Amino acid sequence: MPNFVMSYLGSTVTPGEAGNQFWALIYVLIIFTGVSVAVIAMNWIERKALAHFQVRLGPMRVGPHGLLQPFADALKLMLKEDIIPAAADQFVFWVAPLIGLLAAFTVYTVIPFGPSQAVSDMNIGILFMLGVSSLGVLGIVVAGWASNSHYPLIGALRSSAQMVSYEVAMGLAVVSAVLMTSMNEKGTGTLSMIGIVQAQQQQGVWFIFKFFPLGFIAFVIFSIAMIAETNRAPFDMAEAESELTAGYHTEYSGLRWSLFMLAEYAAMIAVSSIAVTLWLGGWMRPFANLLHAPAWDFIFSLFPGLTFGSLAAIAFVGVTRMPAHSFFKIQRIGLAVFAALLGFIALLLLAIAIVGRSADASLAARFNEGIDYVYWFVLKVAVFMYLFIWYRATWPRYRFDQLMRIGWKVLLPISLGVLVVTAIVGVIVS
Amino acid sequence: MAEITTLHYLVVAAALFVLGVIGVLTRRNVVVVLMSIELILNAVNLNLVAFSRMWGNLHGQVFSIFITVDAAAEAAVGLGILIAFFRNTETINVDEIDLLKW
Amino acid sequence: MNPGMNSAFNSGMAPVATPFFFYMLSGLAIVGGLLVITRRNAVHSALALIVTLLAVAGLYLMLYAPFVAGVQIIVYAGGIMVLFLFVIMLVNIERSSKERRFNRMWPVGLAAACALMALFVSAFVKGRALFPDRMMSLPESSNTQQIATMLYGEAGRMGQYTFAFEIASLLLLVAILGAVIMTKKKI
Repeated sequence: MPNFVMSYLGSTVTPGEAGNQFWALIYVLIIFTGVSVAVIAMNWIERKALAHFQVRLGPMRVGPHGLLQPFADALKLMLKEDIIPAAADQFVFWVAPLIGLLAAFTVYTVIPFGPSQAVSDMNIGILFMLGVSSLGVLGIVVAGWASNSHYPLIGALRSSAQMVSYEVAMGLAVVSAVLMTSMNEKGTGTLSMIGIVQAQQQQGVWFIFKFFPLGFIAFVIFSIAMIAETNRAPFDMAEAESELTAGYHTEYSGLRWSLFMLAEYAAMIAVSSIAVTLWLGGWMRPFANLLHAPAWDFIFSLFPGLTFGSLAAIAFVGVTRMPAHSFFKIQRIGLAVFAALLGFIALLLLAIAIVGRSADASLAARFNEGIDYVYWFVLKVAVFMYLFIWYRATWPRYRFDQLMRIGWKVLLPISLGVLVVTAIVGVIVS
Repeated sequence: MAEITTLHYLVVAAALFVLGVIGVLTRRNVVVVLMSIELILNAVNLNLVAFSRMWGNLHGQVFSIFITVDAAAEAAVGLGILIAFFRNTETINVDEIDLLKW
Repeated sequence: MNPGMNSAFNSGMAPVATPFFFYMLSGLAIVGGLLVITRRNAVHSALALIVTLLAVAGLYLMLYAPFVAGVQIIVYAGGIMVLFLFVIMLVNIERSSKERRFNRMWPVGLAAACALMALFVSAFVKGRALFPDRMMSLPESSNTQQIATMLYGEAGRMGQYTFAFEIASLLLLVAILGAVIMTKKKI
């Protein structure tokens, strides 16, 4: 095998830092596939969870419990006629979804799934993330303008005003977290995403609990602002269907429309990852400093396998509860195969956890470690994804002037205050 | 291909600067004139950062951050004037802004 | 399996591409600038300007100025250009896109710009010896920290640019107030 493939294995830095383009490409492909799969899964989970919130069943027909519904939707969207309105600006209409998609996916180059499980580690990581994710608004604005129609234009104007004003509060909340990274002996902070998590590791506390309640307030501000940034309910003024039909993507159809959806969900995952990295300890497992004996390490490394195991158990229960009618035979077989697949993954993960424990510093141990990091990171992001659905099911939409008032008159002063108080407390403590 | 020196960056910056000047002097649309000014400021920034690399210190980068601040202020005020003007006269062309008194 | 092979692989790959990236980014920047001043439609101009700004941000990265590049992306591409697009949508573009692009004095303006370009060319040709061929290398990893030290100073000592920084914040405050007063119909 060529040198550049093998030489990176066993390295403790990201491929970008090691200068290994081959593994960087592999990581990019893995992350791209993972995010796409996550968006597909999110599509199904959102429809199911929303349905259960509203005491309905949701998709049930395509595949067992509607599991194949996202694929059916994707196929439909790809086969659908792609309409460009005659009065639209052809080129801008064509390029608008790509801007949003590029902005949403470029962010993933610096998201740290683990200390070496990222494409690259920039020393301006968080600045880069905020900057690139703020480019997404350009796609929305331009899409609304290019459609040459009234509802999309209003939606675009609303969303640009909303995103620009919430970026301010968001940025200030991020700054207060970055400030916390500098509370060590040398007083040197960092903007690198990996560096921020390592600072939490060194200080032995997730920043959400640091200087309680300062870190917590900053976290809450960020998690409100990030809903507005991604145009989700209750701040989904830009695509309020009862007022603007579909907002900025009213005139879009088929594949182009699905690109907008892909960009929106990818952006949701990206901002959740920022929140996880800054306040929730990134890839660290819970109680990493309190329970750090090897036995605890082993117990926590069983979690990925147990998670997949319980998912498999739920699917098996679903198989037994299917109606005993011949019409459901194929669905039962399908669900059983799905459950068996989940169970197989669970066994594989458990085997890796056990093998990786006995052999120190081997490839299996390193692999086991990597799985742990990625698992805890993804689990925390998944909680945020569920919260997004929960908010959407629970809260009514804000009016536009209320939204602006919250952004400028509530969140901005509070985040400024938190920043100042964090700085003062930091000076006093150190 | 030869190594990239400061002069290469200066040539790019000069080209951007001249393009910006042409835009400011010839276009009618005030929005495009303001965008051309942004182009000029960017050319200056590029010069400063290139010089900062040439001398091996960071003064040029600090200056370019100040210029970015200036550009933000200029854009905010310029677009504010533009909107106020548009509200009164329903036009955004520079050669129709020729009244000394309203 | 040998970690030492990394650096060999790296040194073989990285420096070769530098001129290529320089010419690509500067080409993008100049083409974008050309489109800004020639497009009839202001939104197309704005999109071209965004391409130019991102290309210039890439050039900053090549000049070991990552912080300036980040600021460029956040402030210019994410902030100022959204403001521009917002205003373009607020004012009436339909009519102005059918009128002529250039003002009455455009030959004079073009002549003046050409004179400026001639000045630049002569300055570069005559002053070529002023610029050293090789560039100094800047420490990239502590770039943000060094800029912060210059702006805010270290413990117990004011930075070189602290006063200028405060003035800049005052300038921004005045600009915000000016913009609000200008656009508000009734105060």
